[in-house]
Amino acid sequence: MRMLTLTEARLLLREPVALFWGLAMPMVLLAVMGWSASSIGGVPLAAVYEPIVIAFISVVFGVQGIPVQVAAYRERRILRRLATTPAGPARVIGAQLIVSLTVVLAATAGVLAVGLLIGAVAPTARTAGAAGTVLFFPLMYFAGLWTPQLSATARHIGQFTPLGAAVQALRDSMAGAWPHPATLGVLGGCAIACAVIAARVFRWD
Amino acid sequence: MTAIEVDHLSKRFGAKVAVDDVSFAVAEGEIFGLLGRNGAGKSTTVDCVAGLRAPDHGRIRVAGLDPRRDRGELRHLLGVQLQESGLPDKLTVAEVMRLYASFYRHPADTDGLLATLDLTEKRNTRYRRLSGGQKQRLSIALALVGRPRVAILDELSTGLDPVARRDTWAIVTRIRNQGVTILLVTHFMAEAERLCDRVAILDAGRIAAIGTPAELGRPTLEDAFVALTSRRPS
Repeated sequence: MRMLTLTEARLLLREPVALFWGLAMPMVLLAVMGWSASSIGGVPLAAVYEPIVIAFISVVFGVQGIPVQVAAYRERRILRRLATTPAGPARVIGAQLIVSLTVVLAATAGVLAVGLLIGAVAPTARTAGAAGTVLFFPLMYFAGLWTPQLSATARHIGQFTPLGAAVQALRDSMAGAWPHPATLGVLGGCAIACAVIAARVFRWD
Repeated sequence: MTAIEVDHLSKRFGAKVAVDDVSFAVAEGEIFGLLGRNGAGKSTTVDCVAGLRAPDHGRIRVAGLDPRRDRGELRHLLGVQLQESGLPDKLTVAEVMRLYASFYRHPADTDGLLATLDLTEKRNTRYRRLSGGQKQRLSIALALVGRPRVAILDELSTGLDPVARRDTWAIVTRIRNQGVTILLVTHFMAEAERLCDRVAILDAGRIAAIGTPAELGRPTLEDAFVALTSRRPS
């Protein structure tokens, strides 16, 4: 199961089109919304689009990614070959699920971290939009969206940002290793910390 | 001990009878050839032996196991190289080998196997970039990576140039010398004559003849094959 999952992750990372639609496109979309100062009914555009982007990522992997991938395996007789091994359908499907879930969760964690921080501290819609932009770009920078080859220092800092950790975890998988526990720790820790801080500093008015 | 037993196997697809009352037995350590023209029922027979299709009638045992009922256990003992099967284009030879090795309880040493099949220098090449002969050799390597007791090799040398074909024959002989029983599906008579201890000739889903290539081949196996399987217009 582990090898199958790593192999699926590897194949996904070698599929630039899938990665673009699944990850880069939604992030760019959100970034554009973040720049925009306009709002709908007093809610900043970025905040309006946040759940949409999360849903978008899930849908890209769920409705388009997984079924097309598995059907292509069937069509190209890759499943027929696997059928003669002890791999079993549960492992084949499980590996697909784990890989897609990891990517969706990692991406969602990044998007949500932005959302929590914007929502909790911004007094007005306008500042929320600005704060979103200010937080968004460094986060995505450390994820390597604009410059995939980060300097050692930037990578070191990046490990402690949610998207940087998510990308690091995926890179580990790609290199044939389990994600470093620290990266998963950063992801989990960030989610908890963001939620706690958001609750503590939450403003009613 | 008998490695493969097929007793009165029948399989039909709708109105078409693909396999009709086929019986044969393969002894342990034997290379057994399944010959026949296109559509004679070779692949359907092999699919039933490999547990990929359920027979309509008949009984099959591979290393004493029922290919359908004991599917899970059989997968560890049986290596299959199918004519129609593929691999992801973007995986390298070494990655595919490691992946397939991970499925088995006691896998072979993948580096050693790649060396045996002359693929060592291609280990970091992606599947898509391999030549036909290299793909075929990788396919054989994958059939052997679980250290099977029985191997099915379907249309082993189709599409290979004569040199690559000879190389593949040498590999098959080497595998047998390691004690693996081989069911070889082919329509190259020279291949069957060279490799097989015994052959069965299938015609229209039935066994037309069974025996050693020397017994059947009068004057050559190919002559016997043509005499048994060609249908003249009446």
